Amino acid sequence: MIRFLLSRFIQGIVVIFAVITITFLILRASPGGPFRSERTLSPEVLARKMEYYGFDKPIPVQLWRHLVHYATFQFPESQVFAGRTVDEIIISGFPISAAIALPALLLALCIGVPMGAQAALRPNTLEDRASQLAATIGICTPSMVLGPVLAILFGLKLRWFNSSGWFDGSDWVLPSITLGLIYSAYIARLTRGSLRETLAQEFIRTARAKGADNTTIIFRHALKLACLPVLNFLGPAAAGLLTGSFIVETVFQLPGLGQFFIASAINNDQELLIAISAFYAVLIVSFNLMVDILQAWLNPRIRLQA
Amino acid sequence: MIAAMRWLVRALLLIFFLGGIAWFHHVRTHRPQRVEAATRDGILLVGNGSEPGTLDPHLATGQPEHHIFHAIFEGLVAPAPENPDANGPGAAVSWTHENFTTWTFKLQPQGKWSDGTPVTSEDFLYSYRRILTAQLAADYANMLYPMLNAEAYHTGKLKDFTQVGVKAIDPLTLQITLAGPAPYLPSMLKHYSWFPVPKHAIEKHGKMTDRNTRWTRAGNLVCNGPFVLSSWRINQAVETLRNPHYWDATSVKLNGVTFIPIVSDTTEERAFLDGQLHLTQTLPLAKIPGYRENRPDFYRDEPLLSTYFYRVNTTKKPFDNPKVRRALAMAIDRESICRNILRAGQKPATGLTPPGCGVGYQTPDVMHFDPAAARQLLNEAGFPDGKNFPTFDILINTNEAHRTIAEAVQSMWKQHLKIPVRVLNQDWGVYLESQRKLEYDVCRAGWVGDYLDPSTFLALWKTGDGNNNTGWGSARYDALLSQSFLEGDPAKRFTTLQEAETHMLEESPILPIYWYVRSYLVHPSVKGLLPSLLEHRCYKAVEFKL
Repeated sequence: MIRFLLSRFIQGIVVIFAVITITFLILRASPGGPFRSERTLSPEVLARKMEYYGFDKPIPVQLWRHLVHYATFQFPESQVFAGRTVDEIIISGFPISAAIALPALLLALCIGVPMGAQAALRPNTLEDRASQLAATIGICTPSMVLGPVLAILFGLKLRWFNSSGWFDGSDWVLPSITLGLIYSAYIARLTRGSLRETLAQEFIRTARAKGADNTTIIFRHALKLACLPVLNFLGPAAAGLLTGSFIVETVFQLPGLGQFFIASAINNDQELLIAISAFYAVLIVSFNLMVDILQAWLNPRIRLQA
Repeated sequence: MIAAMRWLVRALLLIFFLGGIAWFHHVRTHRPQRVEAATRDGILLVGNGSEPGTLDPHLATGQPEHHIFHAIFEGLVAPAPENPDANGPGAAVSWTHENFTTWTFKLQPQGKWSDGTPVTSEDFLYSYRRILTAQLAADYANMLYPMLNAEAYHTGKLKDFTQVGVKAIDPLTLQITLAGPAPYLPSMLKHYSWFPVPKHAIEKHGKMTDRNTRWTRAGNLVCNGPFVLSSWRINQAVETLRNPHYWDATSVKLNGVTFIPIVSDTTEERAFLDGQLHLTQTLPLAKIPGYRENRPDFYRDEPLLSTYFYRVNTTKKPFDNPKVRRALAMAIDRESICRNILRAGQKPATGLTPPGCGVGYQTPDVMHFDPAAARQLLNEAGFPDGKNFPTFDILINTNEAHRTIAEAVQSMWKQHLKIPVRVLNQDWGVYLESQRKLEYDVCRAGWVGDYLDPSTFLALWKTGDGNNNTGWGSARYDALLSQSFLEGDPAKRFTTLQEAETHMLEESPILPIYWYVRSYLVHPSVKGLLPSLLEHRCYKAVEFKL
């Protein structure tokens, strides 16, 4: 187990630095230069700015400096948000994205798993069809539609919540519901498919033959196994949610990470873009590791090997 | 009996549930709107587009910063309360000039920074030296170039700052000497590049030319405007409160202004309707006609000092022929674009400089829709009925509104001139690069004026200017422009500039399309917020009246 963890840890670090390198190279190769402005800058001003942000050095030197900065936790300054280091920006945005993401994940699981299970247990009945229809609608509804609909209904019409902004203690509710409902649709479909498959397996038939009652079969044997694809999905999904959903954050005007991520791409804020990509990589690596450990715990057939 | 009990429990649960919802509904709908609470506290809530990059007036470049600076800083001249585009006293109580070249400003005797230290002429000297020091790399340093030797100092040709045309005669008298007469200097001084910055606060956090130090953070920032920065939560709000040390603090009616960055126009509109903003920055294009007709109590639109136009690459055949460019200009039905596509009160541009760009300046009335004359010109240029005209592109940056206009122009050129046109979109950075390298045929552009004078639009088209980007140059135009910079008589100066603009429009390196209008929503309780071509705001004149 320790060998497994150590090996995955080292792999993770390699992945993270690979992400930094690739993002860096793609950004440096992108056309247009780092300081885009409709008004032409004088050559002196441009040269001084390039020097300030280190763009005047050869690419390998720049890359090496980046890698060293990240390895020593001395993070660079954003090019757009003057005087703010990228870690300062991530620290300001991450708690907000997390405050939306965690309830959204919980909601997605609380709706998705029972709905999917219900449908799997009663295949081709009205309930199954209804839940499948709801899931399909959920998957097809983009958050840029669902978000404004909820904001207009519960914000502008019923006035239960603020339609946007991050001011009240209840401002996480509508964005979390928007994200949660959409993710619950994916989870419901995954649960249904995987539970139906599990229920058809021999060990379930054996359990039935031995006289185990239906509840025990479903909860102790089948669901545990049927959760594996859901878990696989949850790892990257959680990382994605935690780094912020740009659309939901824009619709509800939340100062989370997602807004910074997209703004950095639009403004060509290369330092911030590299930093958020690296942060995303850290989350993906950590969640995938957690998923692997959980899977081994849920399914004895899986062994953790370095 | 058990069944009855069960039903009773179910009924009770249902009642409890519905009661809970009703209670929740009651509580939530009776909470005060943010706007109501803010109005009571005298705080103006302003939608402000994107998050400001910096609050250092020497390093800022954007519109969101511009709105905040008008609350927390003040130049020598300030927007007048009765008309923000007029010149009111700011850090200077009065000013005189000799031949519009040597300007003497008397500073406010009560002028103080927000920490109570007096604002003196030395502060202005320091500020101008700072922005003109190349090491700082200020984007807007060239705004100070009208000042004698400012350009030479900025580009390093001159090392001695005392040679630059600014002098502190005494602590309350500042003299600015210009390279030539500029009647528009007071309007220019309202631009934040000319604002004073506090030496003692800047140097507490670094050297004069250090970029991006912590002096602009809440708690560190010292300013001289009617309000002072109280908090800055990134992507959430920039909050300002009344500055007790402001020289005119008794006229300030609000207790504070809060700037909320909202990038999406639909989110901003919803926030306004939800009672979270007193004032929006903009409005979704599609909603403008509806608001114009149905909500005159909320809706406002005001002209801006800003032009939407197309650049033509005059270094490329067949666009090197002025007749071809003129034909393109004459085949655009600007009236129809404004009336049928834009629909927010934009004005068809008959010239480049928008109306109001200098008191007494008449924009030449040159650009007209005349398809017959356009065909005739094309014929003279050797393309009768558009025959053999090479296929070319209208370059736009990726944006739905630009595409719609480009497609309209495309169809007008196809219909009236029978020439083959395509629309090509590029990502912002690539588009800017293509423009700069003259790798385009025709391309969309916009220009926002910085001060009230035609030169803010006309200086661009000098031969080889960094913002020209059309390859066009004319000795006559350059001569007229140079002449205008030496002319001391404002009326004669305008005549010269008009002649220059007419000449440039006849040559048509650019095809003006329309003059911008800003449409936005404002809460009916907000009074004293007056329209401004330059989006200058005199916050001290704003108050709430129900």
